Amino acid sequence: MSEILIKNGFVFDPLNNINGEKMDIFIKDGKIVEKVSSKAKVIDASNMVVMPGGVDIHSHIAGSKVNAGRVLRPEDHVKDFEVKTKVTRSGVGYSVPSTFTTGYRYAKMGYTTVFEPATPPLKTRHTHEELRDIPIIDKGCFALLGNNWFIMEYLKEDKLEECAAYVSWLLNAIKGYAIKIVNPGGTEAWGWGKGISHLDEEVPYFNVTPKEIVRWLCKINNILNLPHPIHVHTNNLGKPGNYVTTIETMDAVKDLSKNGEASIHVTHVQFNGFAGTSWLNLASGAPEIADYINKNAHVEIDIGQVTFSDTTTMTADGPFQYILYLLSREKWVNADVEAETGAGVVPFRYKKSNYVNAIQWGIGLELALLVKDPWKIHMTTDHPNGGPFTHYPKVIAWLMSKKAREKTLNKINKNAKRRLDLPGIDREYTLYEIAIITRAATAKSLGLKNKGHLGVGADADVAIYNLNYKSLDPSKDYKLIKKAFKQTAYTIKDGEIVAKNGEIIASSKGKIYWVNSKVAEDIQESMLNNLKMKFEEYYTVKMENYIINESYLHKSFMLNVQSEV
Amino acid sequence: MEKIINNVVCTVCGCCCDDLEVKVKDGKIVEVKNACAVSLSKFQNYNGKERIVKPLIKENGEFKECDLKEAIEKASKILAEAKYPLIYGLSLTSTEAIGKAVELAEALGGVIDNTTSVCHGPSLIGVHDVGLVTCTLGEVKNRADLIIYWGSNPIFSHPRHLTRYTVFSRGKFRRERGERKLVVVDVRKTATAKLADIFIQVTPNQDYELISALRMAVKGEEIYLNEVAGVPTSKIEELADLMISCEFGILFFGLGLTMSLGKSRNIDAALSLVRDLNERTKFLIMPMRGHYNVTGANEVIAWQTGYPFAVDFSQGYPRYNPGETTTIELLTRGECDAALIVGSDPIAHFPVSAVKHLMKIPVITIDPHRSATTLISTVVIPTVITGIEAEGTVYRMDGVPLECKKLVEPPLGLKSDEEIINEILVNVKKLKE
Amino acid sequence: MKVKLITGRSLQQGASKEVGKLSEEYFNNVAICELDPSDMEALNISPGQNIVLKTKFGEVVLKAVKSAQAPHKGIVFIPYGPWANLVVDPETHGSGMPSFKGIEAEVFPAKKEDKILTLKEVLEKISGGK
Repeated sequence: MSEILIKNGFVFDPLNNINGEKMDIFIKDGKIVEKVSSKAKVIDASNMVVMPGGVDIHSHIAGSKVNAGRVLRPEDHVKDFEVKTKVTRSGVGYSVPSTFTTGYRYAKMGYTTVFEPATPPLKTRHTHEELRDIPIIDKGCFALLGNNWFIMEYLKEDKLEECAAYVSWLLNAIKGYAIKIVNPGGTEAWGWGKGISHLDEEVPYFNVTPKEIVRWLCKINNILNLPHPIHVHTNNLGKPGNYVTTIETMDAVKDLSKNGEASIHVTHVQFNGFAGTSWLNLASGAPEIADYINKNAHVEIDIGQVTFSDTTTMTADGPFQYILYLLSREKWVNADVEAETGAGVVPFRYKKSNYVNAIQWGIGLELALLVKDPWKIHMTTDHPNGGPFTHYPKVIAWLMSKKAREKTLNKINKNAKRRLDLPGIDREYTLYEIAIITRAATAKSLGLKNKGHLGVGADADVAIYNLNYKSLDPSKDYKLIKKAFKQTAYTIKDGEIVAKNGEIIASSKGKIYWVNSKVAEDIQESMLNNLKMKFEEYYTVKMENYIINESYLHKSFMLNVQSEV
Repeated sequence: MEKIINNVVCTVCGCCCDDLEVKVKDGKIVEVKNACAVSLSKFQNYNGKERIVKPLIKENGEFKECDLKEAIEKASKILAEAKYPLIYGLSLTSTEAIGKAVELAEALGGVIDNTTSVCHGPSLIGVHDVGLVTCTLGEVKNRADLIIYWGSNPIFSHPRHLTRYTVFSRGKFRRERGERKLVVVDVRKTATAKLADIFIQVTPNQDYELISALRMAVKGEEIYLNEVAGVPTSKIEELADLMISCEFGILFFGLGLTMSLGKSRNIDAALSLVRDLNERTKFLIMPMRGHYNVTGANEVIAWQTGYPFAVDFSQGYPRYNPGETTTIELLTRGECDAALIVGSDPIAHFPVSAVKHLMKIPVITIDPHRSATTLISTVVIPTVITGIEAEGTVYRMDGVPLECKKLVEPPLGLKSDEEIINEILVNVKKLKE
Repeated sequence: MKVKLITGRSLQQGASKEVGKLSEEYFNNVAICELDPSDMEALNISPGQNIVLKTKFGEVVLKAVKSAQAPHKGIVFIPYGPWANLVVDPETHGSGMPSFKGIEAEVFPAKKEDKILTLKEVLEKISGGK
């Protein structure tokens, strides 16, 4: 295959400790190599920044609830459309873009890997069909397990090994990548229209608690040696004072860290970082959460930043979405999934003038700025919940420039500005740290050994940004930062140039990453025998039809993991 | 040689029952277990005398047999030369095929629409305005103690619905029939109404009024009339009480609401009623999607274009406006100058005003069977039958995706919808260059 | 007699559809009109006799069938299909959906020479004899 030589760029590759060094990158046959022949195509990256392709760890891009969002909001698409070209299919944006547009827009921004963080196992075939229609980027999906009937029953009966075998079987069956937990126990209570408000409250009929569910799945994650820690959307999302629940959840798995590594990834913490007791006195719980993270090695988070726009909220947190509907009186989609989970979709507009929204905006940034170790922070907007992923350049600018933050601070609700610590925070992220939180740390957390870095052997996924690193003062020139991260000079995927100066010049089909977990055969067999009858009783589909064959995935990348049992 | 294929997904109605047992002997289906009467009829008759085995091109009013290549070339030419072609049907095939049809519509700069237009289109229009509070069918099986069918007669349209998913099913929390209540609202005492604990006979075209009265009662407001839509107020209040006091209620609705006066407004009202009920108890709603993959068609068209049906590509990007880009209006206004009909029989199912125009323009039909539409077509391309002779992904009425199996080999020479549409696409792209 | 017309699915319509649109089973199960027994008495027609159904949009000759889903005085039912479509209201009110249910209609006994059209004859009638 073709060879490329990226010449003279300023390279940022934190996983290999490269911090703005001027160096060449060599690509051959879709991989980073040590050298190339004279026949190689040369990209002159002088005065440009070269980074590994972006790795987005949490973005709602595919599946049943995302599509429900698309159908719910024709008005979201009307003014933001993409005309077809020789290379690209047509499509629409804005906050719930169509599949082709999703892939192209991510690629234009220099992202090359994106994970769908919440797929209901029963409907995951739908997720895979959509992922198949998202061009260029590599992808994967996390399986929603925090309200799963079988898991709660195994937990009640204390059958840890058998449950581990079940989770292994399930991830394999639906071609999932990680264990996702959303409002553990709470979404099941919502199956009856009820809610759960603290970690020790029992789930109706199943009589296990959220804390037990989180610990249980964390143990199973360890047993199965899964590449990514449990990915948790904590209870009480969106409730004033919920930062306490967040810290309690983090603390609940402190003793389960393996080799000092993260035992939990808490997601879109902004939504779970509220202090105060009501909407009137809502405040930021970021300082407390950041303090906990700074003192504890076993936690990593993604921020879920609000970007002040009209957007669409969508999560598997059915009860929270109902509360949001009650608050906003917007249109509301709810979709409970038998024996497993739920989902909700509600359009939402974040306004600078709104006290609560302004505090929310502050919380996300405070989290990133107050946590000292950037390896524990991943940059997300929980697309589209906090804002569309196309707003990432705004977030980068806010993190890198106090001036950028001040400009926005001067526009937000004045009471909120007074209430936040943010105005007093001077810290500014460096490009190196941005590279960490948008690609290096995320790839590492996901256990993707060939992504997020440019060492020899890595996938040749490269983003070249129009940023003259040496002459740049990001603090002052935040507008240049925004512009540069909006569209790359070049995006390279698997060694092929796919985007150039905001235009897609080649399309391709990305790979789907999934985990092939292996447990001992006898444990597997015994688990399946016990599962069959209950499966028929709880579900309305046959077990055989629940399973997705590898051939169903257009381009499969199987990650083998060996479990402890 | 005899074999039994288990867990077969039925490809008739929106139930998508996946527990069929098919016995195949010497390459032919000889027995099917667990199938309802309509499903059985499909398995028994799909290869009958109405089956088309050779492609046909109409010349001078007469059909001539031809080979597939010729038929596809002619079809491609007709479509490529058209200014505003329509692709319609698509609810009786796999999402893989429908996705290809979207690509074809985009390449042609035409319109893609499916049977939703004349079925639950109004429901989707209602969803755009209100949203949708729903669940998968297993939630109903496991939890529901109140089931309402409104303007829907599942005993006829979805024969196993009650047994597999609702009143006669056995769930984790509801084991016996006696633990559930069945209410039917309809203009006639249908076969389903005969099984109901409560039957409410509503005056035709007054569902909107009845739903509005229910909303008032649910909100505790007083209805000042003695009767609404032919139903005594006392009965309306009784139903409202039943709805508020249940633990888990579900409202299934059908074409009785979408096709009567009010159309999408009826659905708007029903969706709002259920949404309001959630302030009192757990209540959900679900449209009774008719064909086995009409739901899938909406899903794939929506994820590829942003809109669920009636998508126009004439400007090079997806545009959607029911009433403007929906098939009935397009045909009645005489706007389309060619049509590709996939697995549907609009000539048999559309009002005369639309049929008239469809009979004037060149029509290409892809279908396994003769129909009113194949009769008037210029090109007829026979195809294999999804779920029997070809596998493919389909979506149940509640959005649960299933893969249907290939059970037997198709007659020689026949290709699948996906393959045929793809070949037309390749040709069209060449012609348009 | 003035009535309200409903068109819709029936079990036989669905099953015979699978046999084929041009089949005899389809014709026998779809070119029909279900009437309430007391309405049939008032019209003085017996099951199997032909009736004419007329709306603002067209008229069609159909075989009268006694409804098994009575009572529904003043309401008649025709299964989906080409015969129903000769008389349904094409008005969509901008929704894409024609008015297939709740149409004002008139029913009266057919004359001896009024025959039920075959599917092919229906199409010829629509296209104006093409």
